[in-house]
Amino acid sequence: MAFEIPNFAPALPEIFVFTMICVVLIVDLFLTDKNRSITYLLSQATLLGAAILSVVIQSSVPEYTFSGTFVNDGMGTVLKLFIYLSTAVVFIYSRDYLIERGLYKGEFFVLALFAVLGMMVMVSANNLLTIYLGLEVLSLAMYAMVALNRDSSIASEAAMKYFVLGSIASGMLLYGMSMLYGATGSLDHTTIASAISEGSGDDIVLKFALVFIVIGLAFKLGAVPFHMWVPDVYHGAPTAITLFISAAPKIAAFAMLMRLLVEGLGGLLEHWQDMLIILAVLSIMIGNVIAIAQSNIKRMLAYSTISHIGFLILGVIAGTSDGYAASMFYVIVYALMSLAAFGMIMLLSRKGFEADTLDDFKGLNQRSPWFAFMMLITLFSMAGVPPTVGFYAKLAVLSAVVDIGLVWLAVLAVIFSVIGAFYYLRVIKYMYFDKAVDNTPINSAYDMKVVMSANGVIILLLGIYPTGLIALCTSVLA
Amino acid sequence: MIELLLSIWNLVPEALQTLLIIILKIVVIAVPIMLSVAYITLAERKVIGFIQVRIGPNRVGPRGLLQPIADGLKLMMKEVIIPTNANRFLFVIAPLLALAPALACWAVIPFADGWVLADIDAGLLYVLALSSLGVYGLIIAGWASNSKYAFLGSIRSAAQMVSYEIAMGFALVGVLMAAGSMNLSAIIESQSGSFLHWFWLPLFPLFLVYFIAGLAETNRAPFDVAEGESEIVAGFHVEYSGMAFALFFLAEYANMILISILTAIMFMGGWLSPFQGIPLLEDLFAFVPGIVWILAKTSFLLFLFLWFRATFPRYRYDQVMRLGWKVFIPITIVWILVIGVGVMAELGPWFD
Amino acid sequence: MSIEPILFYIFSTILVLASVAVVTVRNPVYAALCLVLAFFTCAAVWLLLEAEFLALVLILVYVGAVMVLFLFVIMMLDINLVRSKEGFIKYLPAGGFVAILILIEMCVVLGPENFGIEITGEPLKHAADYSNTKELGVTLYTQYAYPFEIAGALLLLAIVAAITLTMRRRPDSKYQDPAEQVSVRRDDRVRIVKMAAEKKQ
Repeated sequence: MAFEIPNFAPALPEIFVFTMICVVLIVDLFLTDKNRSITYLLSQATLLGAAILSVVIQSSVPEYTFSGTFVNDGMGTVLKLFIYLSTAVVFIYSRDYLIERGLYKGEFFVLALFAVLGMMVMVSANNLLTIYLGLEVLSLAMYAMVALNRDSSIASEAAMKYFVLGSIASGMLLYGMSMLYGATGSLDHTTIASAISEGSGDDIVLKFALVFIVIGLAFKLGAVPFHMWVPDVYHGAPTAITLFISAAPKIAAFAMLMRLLVEGLGGLLEHWQDMLIILAVLSIMIGNVIAIAQSNIKRMLAYSTISHIGFLILGVIAGTSDGYAASMFYVIVYALMSLAAFGMIMLLSRKGFEADTLDDFKGLNQRSPWFAFMMLITLFSMAGVPPTVGFYAKLAVLSAVVDIGLVWLAVLAVIFSVIGAFYYLRVIKYMYFDKAVDNTPINSAYDMKVVMSANGVIILLLGIYPTGLIALCTSVLA
Repeated sequence: MIELLLSIWNLVPEALQTLLIIILKIVVIAVPIMLSVAYITLAERKVIGFIQVRIGPNRVGPRGLLQPIADGLKLMMKEVIIPTNANRFLFVIAPLLALAPALACWAVIPFADGWVLADIDAGLLYVLALSSLGVYGLIIAGWASNSKYAFLGSIRSAAQMVSYEIAMGFALVGVLMAAGSMNLSAIIESQSGSFLHWFWLPLFPLFLVYFIAGLAETNRAPFDVAEGESEIVAGFHVEYSGMAFALFFLAEYANMILISILTAIMFMGGWLSPFQGIPLLEDLFAFVPGIVWILAKTSFLLFLFLWFRATFPRYRYDQVMRLGWKVFIPITIVWILVIGVGVMAELGPWFD
Repeated sequence: MSIEPILFYIFSTILVLASVAVVTVRNPVYAALCLVLAFFTCAAVWLLLEAEFLALVLILVYVGAVMVLFLFVIMMLDINLVRSKEGFIKYLPAGGFVAILILIEMCVVLGPENFGIEITGEPLKHAADYSNTKELGVTLYTQYAYPFEIAGALLLLAIVAAITLTMRRRPDSKYQDPAEQVSVRRDDRVRIVKMAAEKKQ
């Protein structure tokens, strides 16, 4: 068998990130706690370098390499850029938080960069094997990150739950993939798609494979009824890790959804559409209703995540390129909002104190009107109140669903998002109309305050001018 | 008479014929091994005796030559005591689990050109896989005895075996890269030329690592922490007596011979004559059959086993682990890289 | 009749029985040993498929290393058998339901009508000089080089994660600090109390 050296250029960002992980790992070995900021800077440089490389090698037509296991296309580039961005923001937000809790170690950065690598692999996967391996790299890094604070029993418990349920999900996914391989005789998405369209695959095997794959995906996305791990993990993990888990991995999960269901199993649209409708409806209902009962803001945001995942799925259900673009827009916007919300918790936390109950937000307006305003924008955006960007995101997915005639689904989603608005507005009421319980001044690093403000302002600005990002999403998915 | 036997033989169905031939070959291999094991015990006592300026056993038979037979008889006559609360089934089966893999490995060992029971393609992997099973005998023995010392011994041996297996496996990877095959006969063939073509030279670090890891795998001194008579009495086999104990003994010595012959095959040219390629001596020794060379090399390596035992004090347990993980594994990995470069560059006279 | 089907049935019977035993036996050490047996017979079945590399690696990695460490842990843990059996009856209906569902599903999907030998075709018999190892190596390092590299990254990550989670000082364990012991002074430890002599009652 003649062997051709594959074209490495499309995978340059992945290669760069992996090389830098090794560099960070080794450099960190020789650093004392005082010089840990070198690790931090190196990690940020890694993300920046990867971003530059991604932009340099972007291509409008899909480029396949490594025997078709890797694909570089427009969607991949955009999603990767947002993955770098949100990880960089996570690093900035979490620095003080980690220092105060003795978690500011090289391992945090190495694990986070590994997670980024896993996400990049998932985003660019064109093969069942690659997608699975990318997912495992991401998951393994996240299990370890959740358990990073070993002295906290709640974090260890969360990591254990996450690990066990995550492994089951991986098992389901693999089982589905193996059936898919049995039915189509290939691991390659492109080949699978053509095998399905030719009808050469066995129908019943394909359907069962689809069931297992959708279950696996739903587990990883945290969609109801496979959402059990989400609140516990969000609540148990150190807030810096929750911040990380809630943003970038959702983007990667969306990519996985697109690569597996749309690119690989697009021929089975009518089958997975029904399954996803169930997932979406349940997620939106249960997420929004149970969130009302939470007194811990991290748990509340976890349930809110579940409902947002429901909305994200709505766009994919549409099965049109407009729907996919709407979902992509939604997931990017969601990552931004989630960064702002969890970032705010970290901003208010300090050594020995976690601002993770709703009461901690009481009277925030008196303590810092500016950050109260930022939180207001974020929560409005999550609730979908115009003119914030959350409104447009919801509007885009709902219109995609209406376009294919599923009006009842859109109506249901709107009703439950109105119900959901209650718990967001409750936090706003606490911030503006209640007296502060705790009057400690907000002290945090300068860069965090700047980025935090930028984060809030972007949510507002994107709400006023959403067309650019929407057009970008549409163009890469056209 | 012979004709009668032949006609009976021809009546036997063909499948049975192959089976019988295989069994016969197994017997031809296994019986000498058992005898060698018996006499290595004598050799060990003699060699160590001489090193320590003693005489060693000299009472049973001429110059003590019947000593192993006497020892064997004694062990056979003794009662196998099963401790109370020991797990009977596992306690009895453990010595068998130790011995069986040690013997099964011999299936792929070539004694001379073409003298091999099963000339399989992945011989090296087979040896590695089966020799990794021997540890079960030790672990189960230690656990089933329901004794603290035995348990400590088995825990130690489990950790030690698993650690050294990695270094050993890497050393074998180096060999198969150099030879370009996992078939043991092919590995020997690829070393032909002269004794400078043997792999001990290009693979010198791996040669050392393999042999030392082999010492550790067989739980021989100075790595006999699993027995450690001064610390944990006799380790995993403290509760064993009689024939059950003898089986552990057999397994240990069979493994010793196995490691020695494998080292001879992989690094010292197996059945190849050391005088190959030297003008005059080559012809002079051409009459010596290959099996003599391979056995001579094996005997030399076995002598090293005994020599080490008489010379070195026992490693401390944590030092054993440090040596395995922090010294051997890095050395082997680096050397695999070196071999990779050598093979790519077709560095002569080994890799061209 | 060739000997291969006979061997296949012997090994598969042992494989199935051993796998059943893994979940049914009470003693966890027995369960682990049954798992070893299952791996071993599974390797034998693979050998019949001419996949000798995979078979030997299965023995080497799973039986020789993974299960040894597994046994190691099980023996050290001293698992409470009674507690692990608690709630068996309670969870039986749900668990049984799922199990039966999966069984039916497997019968429907994985039956001979979908994966029978007429559909998949008989596995190719290879010539004597066919090397399974070489074929696997070539495929792995050419066509699947990228997934192979990611698998390497995954292993590195696993090492980093395991060390991160285990290399730490437990707050509840006690250490000696020789420096502190040496630098201790009398005044830190001994308090001399002067009291007036007491009178005899």
